[in-house]
Parts: sequence; structure tokens; C-alpha cells
Amino acid sequence: MMKTQSCVEVKNEWGIVAARQAGRSLSKEIGFGSVDQARITTAISELSRNIYLYAKRGEICLGAVERPTKMGMQKGIQIIARDHGPGIPDIRQVMTDGFTTSGGMGAGLPGVKRLMDEFLIDSETGEGTTITTTKWLR
Amino acid sequence: MRVPILKLHQYLLISVQVELDDQTALQFQEDLLSKIHVEGSLGVVIDLTSVDMIDSFIAKVLGDVVDMSNLMGAKVVLTGIQPAVAITLIDMGIKLDNVPTALDLEQGLGKLQQELEE
Repeated sequence: MMKTQSCVEVKNEWGIVAARQAGRSLSKEIGFGSVDQARITTAISELSRNIYLYAKRGEICLGAVERPTKMGMQKGIQIIARDHGPGIPDIRQVMTDGFTTSGGMGAGLPGVKRLMDEFLIDSETGEGTTITTTKWLR
Repeated sequence: MRVPILKLHQYLLISVQVELDDQTALQFQEDLLSKIHVEGSLGVVIDLTSVDMIDSFIAKVLGDVVDMSNLMGAKVVLTGIQPAVAITLIDMGIKLDNVPTALDLEQGLGKLQQELEE
């Protein structure tokens, strides 16, 4: 269940910085430690750079989430990266370490998946891409 | 925004204190190489104590600037990488192979001195 949500528009390099600053402050607010704050901020940076690089524009939405567990309610942060860009033709390919079309390291999406707990790509060629990823507070 | 580069004898010292957006990172790469060229510097310490996040792009820019400086004949040491940043980089699968590092500025300068004496 998403409690609060705020979105940052990404259409230039400043949008990348704004998105990760928003992520850092929300993850701090939720109660994540410094290592998880760095993981979450880095994940947001990778996702927003992909938007800027491949779709030119889109948005990063951040929200505090909760789920019931045996130990009570568990808090977490959910990141939704949404764009109406070209889409990802082969998702398995982009999830391979070292695969890149931009001359980068090819660490972006597989890296984000490892930094976070849940990771879902919904992409349609010509329609756009939505990536939803969550990190739970331990 | 620009990252200031200080000259100390034959060395250049950089403490990255600004939020590194892509443009600032690339500008820094260019500024550092031209400063090495102008000053004839033998060694460079880039201190990352205040940097709380390094993503794959910034990691690539840093790795590249080390290689580029080496090509020109200057040795670069990265110092002060925070625990959270080191953990995140390894989680991401980013290995800065062949990049000399040290705990802090003092040890970084020591490392340069050692290498230049060899």
C-alpha cells in the first residue's frame, strides 16, 4: 500500500540530481541507514539516467509503502520510473551485466535489481517503460 | 558548477564537495587533464570523503580520468571512499580495477610519494 507519493520530472541532468536528492531525504525519513540510503539513491540515479538517456523525458515517483509481516507492519520505499520512450525490445538483454548501447558500463539495470528487494519491468516497444522497485526496511 | 583543483608542489589536490551531476563530472575530467598539462603535475589525489553516492556513470568518469591521467604520465589516487559508497559499488558489480586508492588524503599523498620514488 502506497501511503505518500511525490514525483520528480526528469528531462535533463538536473532532474537526475533532483530525483536522487528526493530519494535520499525520503529514505532517511522512513528510517533507512546510511548504506541503504546510498543503495536507494544510487538506484534512483541509474533509473533516472536511463529515462534521460533513452526516453529524453519521464518521471520518477517515490513513495513510502507498508506491508504486514509476522513481526508487524514493515515499512519500505517504492520507486516508480515511468517514461513514454522507445521501450525495451529485449528485457533479458538489458538485465545482462555488461550489456550497453550507450557506451556505459552496462551495470545500470542489473545493478538496480541487486541494490533493491523487488524489481519489475513493464515495457512495450514504442509505448514506453515503467520500472517499479521496492526496498524494505529491516 | 566546477570542482576546484588545487596545486601543491608537483601534485594536484581535489576534494569533491559538490553534488556530482553528469555535466559537472565531465567538466571536471576535462579541467583536471588540462591542469595536469599546464602544471606538469606528477601526481593527483582525488578525495571523495564528501561524496555520498557513486553510480555507474560517475564510476566510469572517475575510472576514465585515472586512465587518461596515466596516459599523460600522472599518477592518480582516489581517497576517502565512504563505506556506504564502497558497499553500493560492489553490490552494483562495479569494480574499479587498477585504480589506486587510499583511506584518506594523507595516505594518498604518501602513496604517490612512494610510487614516484620507485
